[in-house]
Amino acid sequence: MTENVPYDARGLADHLLGPAGPELSCEECFDVLDVYVERELADEQAGAAMPAMHAHLAGCSACRDDHDSLLAFLRNGFGA
Amino acid sequence: MTTESPGAGFATGVAVSPDTVSQEWVARLRRSGPERDAAVAELHSLLLRTARFEIGRRRAAFSQLHGADLDDLAWQSADDALMSILRRLCDFRGESRFTTWACKFALVEAGVKVRRHAWGGREILLDPQRWPVVADTAPGPHQHVEARDLLGALREEVEGLTERQREVFVAIALNDVPIDVLAERLNTTRGALYKALHDARRKLRTALAARGLGIALGEQP
Repeated sequence: MTENVPYDARGLADHLLGPAGPELSCEECFDVLDVYVERELADEQAGAAMPAMHAHLAGCSACRDDHDSLLAFLRNGFGA
Repeated sequence: MTTESPGAGFATGVAVSPDTVSQEWVARLRRSGPERDAAVAELHSLLLRTARFEIGRRRAAFSQLHGADLDDLAWQSADDALMSILRRLCDFRGESRFTTWACKFALVEAGVKVRRHAWGGREILLDPQRWPVVADTAPGPHQHVEARDLLGALREEVEGLTERQREVFVAIALNDVPIDVLAERLNTTRGALYKALHDARRKLRTALAARGLGIALGEQP
């Protein structure tokens, strides 16, 4: 983190403290990552259907990176 | 930590049949002889394309990586992903396309390798030697005070964590060290570290809420 953090206390708390609710583990996140991303691409409200997965992605930057990569890969049509 | 089952549990609980193309992939990989060899080669080609995509995507963030290193990482990622997929073929439940399921292995392998390569030799601080300060760009004094109070309270409450919780919180949440890089340095697993981070965050959240700082507690497991 940079030395100067944003003045927004709520944003700061979200960044440092992660999600308030229950969440998946990294292993469980990996297990359902493909299902979650396909749901997102199909506009099927993946976050609402899988709130614990959504929460984990908010709190774990490495899993979020993996998620963003798979989403970008499929959006670019490379997965066919 | 978990309240929903992965996979079918989140959907309807009804067994899902893989689509025809996915069924064909799995069947070819389970056969023996030339047909399986061809399927393995085709899968490896897909995984290599996937790993190259991922490494190319992260290249801008890791300028110290060069052409030969990058392609070597892509091949290693595709090879490792292929081994994992063949070992875990029975885990494919058909809730997504087979190719989506397979590509995630290569993307994650590549991501881990790039992050570890990029952090190789870099010092990881486990003690809060440099605590962040609130930027003085707040539009009004109220916002600045609120954020400063939160950081000040957090700094005090971090001392109440266990040593492992404090190390993990400082490295991952404060210093943005990738969790898989930290896992390698501390000779542990990503899952074990995330559990420590989760416990640290929950303890801090509870302590900050008790101070009346307006922190939501959320549902406790």
